Amino acid sequence: MSYKVTEEGNISIVHLDGEIDMDVTEKAKEIIMPLIEAKKEVHLNLKEVQYMDSSGISVLIESHQKATEVGTKVILKDISKSVLKVIMMAKLEQILNLG
Amino acid sequence: MNNLALISEQRDFVVSSSSLKDVRNFSREVFEKVNIDQDLKDELVLAIAEAAQNIVKHAYQNEATDDKMEIKISLQNGELEIGFFDKGRPVDKGNVRHRKIDDVKPGGLGTFFIQQIMDAVVFKEGEKPWINHLILTKKINY
Repeated sequence: MSYKVTEEGNISIVHLDGEIDMDVTEKAKEIIMPLIEAKKEVHLNLKEVQYMDSSGISVLIESHQKATEVGTKVILKDISKSVLKVIMMAKLEQILNLG
Repeated sequence: MNNLALISEQRDFVVSSSSLKDVRNFSREVFEKVNIDQDLKDELVLAIAEAAQNIVKHAYQNEATDDKMEIKISLQNGELEIGFFDKGRPVDKGNVRHRKIDDVKPGGLGTFFIQQIMDAVVFKEGEKPWINHLILTKKINY
C-alpha cells in the first residue's frame, strides 16, 4: 500500500493505493487517525485500491467512529468496484459516508 | 460444465500477516485456470485470504512463528474444496462466530465474509502433524 495526503483548507485528502489487508492496517491507521484527531474532515480516495479485506473494512469503521466521536467526518471518495463490493457485502453502505 | 476438469494444488506459507499477499497470489493463479467469472474469483480469493488471516490472528494470536500453514485448493465435478492446515492453538468451534451484521464495530467480519461466500465451513481436528483442519466448500459451474 502506498499513500499521498493533500490538504484543502480543513479537508485532508488521503489517496490510498494498492491492497489493504491485515499487514498494512496499522500503517493505514497511523496515516488517517491523526488527521481525524486534529478534527480535519478526511476524504479517503479509494480509486486505486484494488483489494480490501475485513481488516481494511475495520479501519474504515474505526475511522468513521472516531470522526463521529470528535465531531468531524470521514468521506469515502471514488471507491473502486472491488472495495465497494466488500463494503456492500459488509452491509456498511448506509453506515459509512460514501461521497 | 466441464466435468473432467480437475484442479488440485497446494502450497505452504509462513504463518504471518506478510504472507497474505502470497496467499492471494497463489489463489489467483489457481483460479486463472478455471473458467468462472471474475467476480466469483475475487470472492473466493477474499474467502481464502480471510481464512488464512484467521489462522494468523486466532490460531497463532499474531505471535511470530516459523510454522507454516498449508492451503490446498481442489476442484472436481463442480465441487470446490479449500483446505487449510495449521499447527496453532486448537480452534474452539464454539467461539467461531461472526459478529451480528447490524452491530457496527471493527472485527468479526472475516468469518462473516467466508460464510457469505462459501456454501459450507467445517472445522476438523487435523491429522498429525496438523492441529487444525478447516474445509471450505462451494458448488460452482465452470
